[in-house]
Amino acid sequence: MRYSLLLHYPEMSPDELGAEGMAEGQRAFASYAATLHAAGVLISAEVLQPSEVTTTVRVVDGALQVQDGPFADTKEQLGGTVVIDVPNLDAAIEYARQAPSISWGPVEVRPSATHTVDGAWTTFETPAAHAG
Amino acid sequence: MDDVRDTGGTRRVTTGGARVVTTDRHDATDTRTAHGAAERVARASYGRLVAVLAAPTGDLALAEDALAGAFEAALSSWPVQGVPQNPEGWLITVARNRQRDVWKSAAFRAAVPLEDAPARADDPFAGLDPARIPDRRLELLAVCAHPAIDPAVRAPLMLQTVMGFEAAQIATAFAVPPATMAQRLVRAKRRIKLARIPFEVPDRTALAERTPALLEAVYGCAAITWRDEVGSLAGEAQYLAVVLATLLGDDREAWGLAALTTLSLARRNPQSAFVPLDEQDPADWDAALLDEGESYLRRAAAGGAGAPGRFELEAAMQAVHADRRRTGRTDWPALRELSMALVRVAPSLGARVARAAIFGRTDGPDAGLGLLPEASAGQSFQPWWATRAELLWRAGRADEARDAFGRAAEMTDDPGIRAFLSARAGLVIPPG
Repeated sequence: MRYSLLLHYPEMSPDELGAEGMAEGQRAFASYAATLHAAGVLISAEVLQPSEVTTTVRVVDGALQVQDGPFADTKEQLGGTVVIDVPNLDAAIEYARQAPSISWGPVEVRPSATHTVDGAWTTFETPAAHAG
Repeated sequence: MDDVRDTGGTRRVTTGGARVVTTDRHDATDTRTAHGAAERVARASYGRLVAVLAAPTGDLALAEDALAGAFEAALSSWPVQGVPQNPEGWLITVARNRQRDVWKSAAFRAAVPLEDAPARADDPFAGLDPARIPDRRLELLAVCAHPAIDPAVRAPLMLQTVMGFEAAQIATAFAVPPATMAQRLVRAKRRIKLARIPFEVPDRTALAERTPALLEAVYGCAAITWRDEVGSLAGEAQYLAVVLATLLGDDREAWGLAALTTLSLARRNPQSAFVPLDEQDPADWDAALLDEGESYLRRAAAGGAGAPGRFELEAAMQAVHADRRRTGRTDWPALRELSMALVRVAPSLGARVARAAIFGRTDGPDAGLGLLPEASAGQSFQPWWATRAELLWRAGRADEARDAFGRAAEMTDDPGIRAFLSARAGLVIPPG
């Protein structure tokens, strides 16, 4: 079963982080990716650029609005995503606990509903289908 | 311990409720026999059967529906065919087939991920021998008290899935509208299934981390159902505590909780007017349950070195009161020691108020008043007012005591306690 680990943490500029801090963070993420890969659970992972370079796009009254900045202006921003395939929530929580960003901010563990295989979505389960 | 227990006729079986429908098509005697057999199986095995049926896929709602269907089938089949030799095996076979029917239906298959569709080649029940049904209730309890489940819904979830109570009955006990409780339970079960909370006993380290939440949820079942009038949910919570302690085997606090719920149940008398514990007549207590509770407490105390935990201390305080049936007196100095230990281990508002009440007995009302938490902490807590009132009264501060008794009376939902406190206050408070 797939889970997305959504890593949220306060953004720090390279100056605030320092060269040492940056290098340490990179080592931690490298080791985390290696751990997930070695365990055979890693599907994909991204570390995102800071939200100051993100662009939010929406359609308002039929017109495209392109806006500088993130969707939600919060102290903690989405900073990375990791998709893993593990048997159950306890296993996913265990990998979330090991995420290097956990000491800076929360990791959201979200079960996957569907994903693409060769450009086609697998069928998926909607919560409404089993509301009874 | 034997799974089939009967705590003095206080346990209630849900087959009499909506989950099983009696038919009147057959001879009344056969129907009664069949119904009785179904009730006995339900009483002893409801949680075991749900746990086994839900474990492979995590779909609790489907497992409960399938089991309810199997009980209905039993009530139409057993009066004709006779009660099978292995009623549990019969029920689980029928329930399993109902689950398979749902899994095979096109509507269901379209609604689950391909990779997860249980209509796969490997049968989740392959290898399950109906004659030897494993006990997976600890897995089920662990699911109910999983950290990813809202703490407020853990006890209701246990009452429903392990004990078989209807959402409406649980709603009454928790004083929320039935629709609200039903919605919370449905949401929790959907979460268990969709987030795939595993039906596994956590390994030893994780189990140690998670046991307090398990005990807390079972304690919640007991606390909320304490003075339940007719249905005796309190008896159910005691049963659950003993089951949990038995399944965990050697957990000291689990036996402490089993002792606490059993000793409290022994003194429970919902029919009579409220009488404070130290004025109750020991002859009104259930001696067999007291013996049972004391044996659990001994088992807890033998459970290892180190200081006793919160539940064991509370059980020990109950046992001191229970001992009055032998000695004819209450050992207040012992209670004083235990209350100090309890406040050290678990400094809750309730524990501090209890300590103040006990010190009021041993060291005088002024000492008790001195130990009572500040008004800012206690004034929204009914026992704080009741204890304060009693201490003020005994300190000779009659006017303040009368006011405090009045406040305590206003704050309780329990008519018996309200009548008692109103009488103490010399007030008449209209019911309602």
